[in-house]
Amino acid sequence: MSGQSNYNPKTGIEKWLDARLPIIRLGVDTMIFPSPRNLNYWWTFGAILAVMLVSQLITGIILAMHYVPHPDMAFDSVQHINRNINWGWMLQPMHAVGASMMFLAVYIHMFRGIYYGSAKNPREMIWIVGMVIYLLMMATGFMGYVLPWGQMSIWGAIVITNLFSAIPPEAAGTAVTQWLWGGFAVDGPTLNRFFSLHYLLPFLIVGMVILHIWALHIPSNNNPTGISIKTKADTLNFHPYYTVKDAFAIVVFLMIFSYFLFFKPDSMGHPDNFIPANPYSTPAHIVPEWYYLPFYAILRAVPDKLMGVVAMFASIGVLFALPWLDTSKVRSMRYRPLAKQFFFLFVLVCLGLGWAGAKLPSDLVFVTGVDADGHEVGLTFVWMSRILTIYYFAFFLVILPILGLVEKPKPRPASIEASVLGTDKGDN
Amino acid sequence: MSTPVESDEPTRRDFIHIASGTAVVAGAGFLAWPLIDQMNPSADTLSLATIEFDVSSLEEGAQVVAKWRGKPVFIRYRTAAEIEEARSLDVNVLKDKQTDSERLVPGPDGKLKPQYLVAIGICTHLGCVPLFDPKDTKGGEYGGWFCPCHGSHYDNSGRIRKGPAPTNLEVPPYWYMSDTVIQIGKEASV
Amino acid sequence: MLKRIVSLAIIASFSAGAVFAAGAGAKNKTQDWHFEGMFGTYDKAAAQRGFQVYQEVCAACHSLKYVAFYNLGDKGAPFYDPEYPNPNDNPVIKAIAKMFTIIDGPDESGDMFERPGITADKIPNPYANEMAAKASNMGAFPPDLSLITRARADGSNYLYSLLTGYEDPPEGMKLSPGMSYNPYFSGGNQIAMGAPLTEGRVEYTDGTEASVDQMAKDVVEFLTWAADPKMEQRKRTGWVVLIYLFLLALLLYGSYRAVWRDVKH
Repeated sequence: MSGQSNYNPKTGIEKWLDARLPIIRLGVDTMIFPSPRNLNYWWTFGAILAVMLVSQLITGIILAMHYVPHPDMAFDSVQHINRNINWGWMLQPMHAVGASMMFLAVYIHMFRGIYYGSAKNPREMIWIVGMVIYLLMMATGFMGYVLPWGQMSIWGAIVITNLFSAIPPEAAGTAVTQWLWGGFAVDGPTLNRFFSLHYLLPFLIVGMVILHIWALHIPSNNNPTGISIKTKADTLNFHPYYTVKDAFAIVVFLMIFSYFLFFKPDSMGHPDNFIPANPYSTPAHIVPEWYYLPFYAILRAVPDKLMGVVAMFASIGVLFALPWLDTSKVRSMRYRPLAKQFFFLFVLVCLGLGWAGAKLPSDLVFVTGVDADGHEVGLTFVWMSRILTIYYFAFFLVILPILGLVEKPKPRPASIEASVLGTDKGDN
Repeated sequence: MSTPVESDEPTRRDFIHIASGTAVVAGAGFLAWPLIDQMNPSADTLSLATIEFDVSSLEEGAQVVAKWRGKPVFIRYRTAAEIEEARSLDVNVLKDKQTDSERLVPGPDGKLKPQYLVAIGICTHLGCVPLFDPKDTKGGEYGGWFCPCHGSHYDNSGRIRKGPAPTNLEVPPYWYMSDTVIQIGKEASV
Repeated sequence: MLKRIVSLAIIASFSAGAVFAAGAGAKNKTQDWHFEGMFGTYDKAAAQRGFQVYQEVCAACHSLKYVAFYNLGDKGAPFYDPEYPNPNDNPVIKAIAKMFTIIDGPDESGDMFERPGITADKIPNPYANEMAAKASNMGAFPPDLSLITRARADGSNYLYSLLTGYEDPPEGMKLSPGMSYNPYFSGGNQIAMGAPLTEGRVEYTDGTEASVDQMAKDVVEFLTWAADPKMEQRKRTGWVVLIYLFLLALLLYGSYRAVWRDVKH
């Protein structure tokens, strides 16, 4: 879409169609467009995510043919799918494990964007649309986890919808939760609307993905050097160079997916979700799906209920502002020695928050001694979450803005071509 | 920097692309099967594809309606007089020419059991369920069944005698597993 | 509400096994199961014996409501017979089904009636409903066993440990009335179910000696199958898929190298 089109209709019917609905031209120009010639394997996760999205849509539509969104039958219908429907034993875990795999890919995709400065000028809109996709994915994943109507499903729904009860009742907090539930508790109406929305949101995701790719085609891909494309020598056509590279990466990713799907289908879930939902009995240990754990840790790090919820939403909200918080003129952290270190620390902090989110707040990370009563004392997970939460926010609100102003970047290659051919002194 | 797949003749270099492409298409083909097959009847549905019925529980002159694959199946214990009536009929008067024997299956001893008539209870005209009542006229003019929707009369062999229905009541696949038990949904294995 | 729930909440899903075991009573006794690993299959003979244990011991109180009789004769199931690819024709399955009484109806007069089971039936519940089950068990509800090994962390080992883990309470510990002491029980050390297995409780038709340990292993084999009946198909398909993807990856890598051959990158 950089002005020139690569499509020359040859036959009469192609010309006829092109004059009326230039859909082939759109397809050709989407696939054959100049991309930086130095993209590494971290750039394949976009294509991997596209494949996963299609896989989730197909398996989801199939599951909806057999699933029953009713409190008395939802759990049974999932068992029916796994036990009686032809290939149901493969298709149902494919959807459930697939959701985890999609989040794994999206996190790698996002970390890659932060590291290489892909969010920054002129790609802010790509990043923001991407964040909207991520939010939609979180909502879809959450509602999807409710549908099997196991113990984790219902208690996850109760805890998350109760986040809105953090709004004081006089400011309509109670009204909001009752509206969400369609009653006075999470029950049949809630399940039924979650099913409807779980079916709807993925199509919104598809729409946003189209916008995401459209926005990407305006400046073309960022690249590991972060340097803009200057001449044609900096680029290769997306097809066939990156289609074949992406295809290879997709297949490798599918191997990991298949391993979990066929040999460890329960490893991403929780045993309690094999117990039918019981609104009168909370399981002893409840946790969200692994991909929400860091945010769960942030929620619990704050002692005040309302402020905890605010902090959790702020931790996602701050990501929207990333393009403006990272003030450095240099995009890629490859040439930013300090930012690079803070970034890797940030990745560790996110993993640490995930770890803390999975633990009881009062559990000890490590033991420092024994108190007068003989109880072990040491760093509790809630305190670890607090420290990590502070770093999480500081990374965006303090470190990135200041670093951009004070850091002295390393010399960068003159062009992408120069970095590839080694005719210039880049760092690799 | 030539794009490889552009010459008219496939070269040795293109072979790998053709192999990859074929492998992808083949994989997609295999993946398509589960996506299609999941719409076929599931194991619980198939477990009811055949039903067993003990005809010894029937009383002479009565019928029982068994449910099979979502359809009513008439199983009728015919009296000697009814059998005689069905057998003596000249098939040439029928719209759908079938003798009574052609509508029965042999028991384990190889002989027909004319007292038991099995037929799917769906009128061959437009799919209503015909009425049965040998004691009065609800069962039609021929001592069999009468369809209230458009007035088709069947005899006690389930053959169409009068009315708009084009063919006789369908006989489902069934066989005698023993002297008294029939299995509906399957022919006798030879 | 939220605070209470949050304060109750813990535990990673992925590290659940170890943490659960540590959190609730004694650590599970680990067994080498026939179904473990990427090549694991069910030990059919053990699973058949396990079905006998279920039928003669567990079924008095515990339902197995997601298992239908025809499931028992499916591929990968304890009573699978290659001669009868359709389990509904399998005489063994028919005979098993016939042993159970199914409540069907209503009949013409509006009454429920009893009939022998057919292959299409599910294994019937021992109680009419949950309240009846509780009333017969001093308020404790015997859980359905169809998914029990997947509904507990490290379920197969857990169940084996529980069944073989009954012992006398430690000195000074006072059990509530009707409770038994079992250090492996995930709900605390006191369990409402009395030790279900005693030496020779069942008489195995294949002549195996019915020790408590043997019966526990067998019933775990059976219940693990009941919770994951398609495991063998799944693993077999998994191998085909992994091998296919591996070969495809090699081909695509070749394609990738061919496309990029003239490009320095």
